[in-house]
Amino acid sequence: MMEYMSRIIVPILNGTGVTLQLFFITILLSIPLGLILALAKISKFKFLRDMTGIYIWLLRGTPLLLQLFFVYFGLPFIPVIGIRLGRFTAAAIAFILNYAAYFAEIFRAGIQSIDRGQYEGAKALGMTYWQTMRRIVLPQMVKRVLPPVSNETITLVKDTALVYAIGLGELLRAAKQIVNRDAITSPFIVAAVFYLAMTFVITQIFKKLEQIYAVYE
Amino acid sequence: MKMLKATNIYKQFNRLEVLKGISLEVNKGEVIAIIGPSGSGKSTFLRCLNHLEIIDKGVIEIEGETMVSDDDDGQSQYVPEKEVRRICKKMGMVFQNFNLFPHQTVLENIIEAPVIVNKTNKEEAAAIADELLHKVGLTEKKASYPSQLSGGQKQRVAIARALAMKPDIMLFDEPTSALDPELTGEVLKVMRQLAEEHMTMLVVTHEMGFAREVAHRVIFMDDGEIVEEGPPQKIFGSPSHERTKAFLNQIL
Ligand SMILES: Nc1ncnc2c1ncn2[C@@H]1O[C@H](COP(=O)(O)OP(=O)(O)OP(=O)(O)O)[C@@H](O)[C@H]1O
Ligand SMILES: [Mg+2]
Repeated sequence: MMEYMSRIIVPILNGTGVTLQLFFITILLSIPLGLILALAKISKFKFLRDMTGIYIWLLRGTPLLLQLFFVYFGLPFIPVIGIRLGRFTAAAIAFILNYAAYFAEIFRAGIQSIDRGQYEGAKALGMTYWQTMRRIVLPQMVKRVLPPVSNETITLVKDTALVYAIGLGELLRAAKQIVNRDAITSPFIVAAVFYLAMTFVITQIFKKLEQIYAVYE
Repeated sequence: MKMLKATNIYKQFNRLEVLKGISLEVNKGEVIAIIGPSGSGKSTFLRCLNHLEIIDKGVIEIEGETMVSDDDDGQSQYVPEKEVRRICKKMGMVFQNFNLFPHQTVLENIIEAPVIVNKTNKEEAAAIADELLHKVGLTEKKASYPSQLSGGQKQRVAIARALAMKPDIMLFDEPTSALDPELTGEVLKVMRQLAEEHMTMLVVTHEMGFAREVAHRVIFMDDGEIVEEGPPQKIFGSPSHERTKAFLNQIL
């Protein structure tokens, strides 16, 4: 019995490892990239604003699965640069680029929700635009975007299952393989529990962050 | 040398002419009260002085340094941004809505600009902040966040924050208008004290008592122009323009 359990759990744990890796690399890189895009979207250079606008429109306007296919299956056929990426690299790139677009819009809205008086107060004290952003606007933006960022993060956990489609051995794929192998349903339940555990932890972390930021206002 | 000299300032917002050739010279240590009906351009004028609004035409000189002047075509030409910032640092501003930084404590609000802009070290800035907090009577609120303060306390912190940059000129835009009547006194007291210390001050205000008792000169603005100016006794006692009379009758 114990041995059979481990025949289910071990592959699922391995799959979870891949899922977590994809999750962390996406969060770690898409948040800074999203911030840069958000700042570009409100920049005083029209060209920069327009380019960012198009980028965000493309990545939010097409399915993530399509983008994943494009990076993994599509890139090799592009003349000259045609490169074949490994499954994980392709997945990571598609996820980072896609999530950065979502985070960019969340951050942009957060930045623009900060009262104009804050910029004026800072300017009257001699602060530059970037000092104002770094010290005054962005720290307040963080508090305001915590709820939508929390939502995106939870969505990301579940979206990682999409990489199943390019044959990357993540959590869902691991479960599915055992289901096929042993003709049983329980691996799906185990997988569900793993997803729930991950989203639970994320919810708790954001709850904690919101408490920390509750000291003011 | 004048502390501040504004000559023939014009400003419009999408074709609405808000300032129609305002000129003003301010001496060191002078306290000037700017009064006038709503929409007459008082705030806009003050905001032009420290570059929160860009003027269309005119000259602004701060302590003898030109921040903006007209070029040959009569278009206003600002000195480079860095210079503008350096010149504007001679002025501190206090807003009607305080504009404190809500995510920072009172102490952090006050040391923010000295540390970030002037690169003063934190201990030194904190020591100056302590003195200023003592001056505005808020020593015990040092660790509070703005949201935990009353309006009057917020405004006193805002004054301390502006003073921390050691300005030579202080601009006040209706500093007590957002306050409950019983809280205006504590703010006006701090401003009186500043005036006694010979701070050069431009105060847009509806507090006629303050204008009468503290100001050396009262400016009456209406419809984008300075209609009349003079010592408070003159403006309040025997105004020479109908518009001034009408305004004063209405509010007094
Ligand atoms: N950013 C802006 N865009 C467009 N119009 C503006 C702007 N700022 C001010 N105005 C207009 O300029 C005019 C003068 O405004 P200003 O705020 O300078 O008046 P004020 O004398 O300070 O009035 P109050 O006593 O109500 O504060 C008003 O008609 C106002 O609507
Ligand atoms: Mg005003």
